Amino acid sequence: MLSARTVLTRTARLNNARLNSTLVVAEHDETKLAPITLNAITAAGKLGNDVSVLVTGANAQKVAEQVAKVNGVKRVLVAQDDKLKNNLPERVAPVVLASQKQFNFSAITAGSSAFGRGLIPRVAAKLDVSSISDITQVHSADSFTRTLYAGNAVKKVKSSAAVKLLTFRGTAFEPAKEGGSGAVEKAPSADIATDTSEFLGQELSKSERPDLATAKIVVSGGRGLKSGDNFKLIYELADKLGAGVGASRAAVDAGYVPNDMQVGQTGKIVAPELYIAIGISGAIQHLAGMKDSKTIVAINKDPDAPIFQVADIGLKADLFKAVPELTAALK
Amino acid sequence: NFQPKVMKILVGVKRVVDYAVKIRVKPDRSGVVTEGVQHSMNPFDEIALEEAVKLKEKKLATEVVAFSLGGPKSQEVLRTALAKGADKAIHVQVSDEEASKLESFHVAKTLKKIVESEKFDAVFLGKQAIDDDSSQTAPILAGLLDWPQALYASKVEEGGDGHMKVTREIDGGLDTIKAKKKPLKAIPIKDLGVDIKPQTETIEVTEPPVRQAGGFVEDVSALVAKLKEKGFVKA
Ligand SMILES: Cc1cc2nc3c(=O)[nH]c(=O)nc-3n(C[C@H](O)[C@H](O)[C@H](O)COP(=O)(O)OP(=O)(O)OC[C@H]3O[C@@H](n4cnc5c(N)ncnc54)[C@H](O)[C@@H]3O)c2cc1C
Repeated sequence: MLSARTVLTRTARLNNARLNSTLVVAEHDETKLAPITLNAITAAGKLGNDVSVLVTGANAQKVAEQVAKVNGVKRVLVAQDDKLKNNLPERVAPVVLASQKQFNFSAITAGSSAFGRGLIPRVAAKLDVSSISDITQVHSADSFTRTLYAGNAVKKVKSSAAVKLLTFRGTAFEPAKEGGSGAVEKAPSADIATDTSEFLGQELSKSERPDLATAKIVVSGGRGLKSGDNFKLIYELADKLGAGVGASRAAVDAGYVPNDMQVGQTGKIVAPELYIAIGISGAIQHLAGMKDSKTIVAINKDPDAPIFQVADIGLKADLFKAVPELTAALK
Repeated sequence: NFQPKVMKILVGVKRVVDYAVKIRVKPDRSGVVTEGVQHSMNPFDEIALEEAVKLKEKKLATEVVAFSLGGPKSQEVLRTALAKGADKAIHVQVSDEEASKLESFHVAKTLKKIVESEKFDAVFLGKQAIDDDSSQTAPILAGLLDWPQALYASKVEEGGDGHMKVTREIDGGLDTIKAKKKPLKAIPIKDLGVDIKPQTETIEVTEPPVRQAGGFVEDVSALVAKLKEKGFVKA
């Protein structure tokens, strides 16, 4: 027979074991895991806990098997249900909450994409805790760094929330590699209400080019391009370099390119090996999205453009002359 | 239970350091300098407000009320909101000291109280505030209310059947005098019973590392040479 004391210690230990687990909610398109989830898994690992991943969706099983092979993933919870098609936050949140009820995670996290930023704060509300978004550094299980004011201030915070609800900036963490062998199991069942919102359709920009967020090289165009047609100069250069294509907000607002190409504080944050800014002045809101790039090249006819203050290589030239020349010079 | 014809919309507006200001971090690392710095309405809240006013002009909404939680100067942005077409304004008051420690979580809790006590049918918020860059208040509020959410909206239409149809991105003022006559209600936060105890403590605020500019190259061939040197282009 076990003494009362032993039982108590055991329960305490069990509870502890449970508390030391972090959940990452996976983002995917029903066939492939979104790359940002791999960055989030790395960040979650820095919290010092076991990492579990929840995959929800109409075809979650297939993605769950991919996730199980990711290094550092101990357990994969799968919630496959037609109601979870397109992963509306109103429907995914109950699954996260049911999982939390069963496993008592100490942190619930995701990548800081439109998906993660829509879901994590909603779950935080349900758990009555304050969430922290777009974390760029994990110092310990409760202290983190994030940026403010379009990246012009860096804030270190300590959270006293009972459960940490976090999103991680993808470009700030290396993607987790293959090599894991996590156990795949069914997520606890949840009541998924379907009456408040419904997915009607989707229109994705089609592109053969590397994804902007993960491309090694990004070529971006701004208002200096003067028209959507002229953006072909950017595409031609990008194709020679195998680069993704980005844009400033001015180029988006003027209708030269779709908004999902916007780089900046309120667009995408990129940190490629090489970023080439063409006809972009370098407003603080634009710099917020690209100033962590390894090498920055700027082509602009105005030598006083602020972009030159962050560029490693500046070329003062008329882009309509310089860009075709550059494209031609690249074999 | 959204009824477009009788819809009352609450719009959150935040007073922030103007987007054009080059901010400075305080030497004691406690935050950024906000005293004596140009402030204005958060640009994304302006968009939310414009959209709500447009819906009212189309007779899809009956009333547009601007809301701000913050220190005494928040009333400035509420006056702006009234000038831009809001019918009424609600200022939930905290001290500047308290305001500097507010988290999205507290703002959402306060909004929830107002939505419930004044029976709003929809809440329009900016996608993010350009000071804190958190992008959290809307989904927290939706979670607290158990309402559906549509973040990063680029188009809002009547969806029929008591629904709103929203397209999301997967990422001239009126007369100010007139504005002053419109009601602005001030409520001390104590009266709402919202707990604003911080859950996130600021340890320090610092400057980001400064990038060193690398200077100019003469022409395109010099640029190509540099790109080759760095290994981006095959030699
Ligand atoms: C709340 C808020 C959020 C914002 N978020 C973002 C964001 O996420 N991303 C973003 O990019 N912006 C954002 N902005 C807008 C930002 O402030 C700038 O307005 C924008 O970045 C400017 O874009 P641009 O550099 O293309 O245009 P401009 O500032 O007009 O610069 C065009 C540049 O092209 C150069 N040029 C023109 N013709 C030629 C030529 N023939 N050859 C060479 N050079 C030429 C000019 O010298 C100039 O430097 C935001 C603004 C606000 C208020």
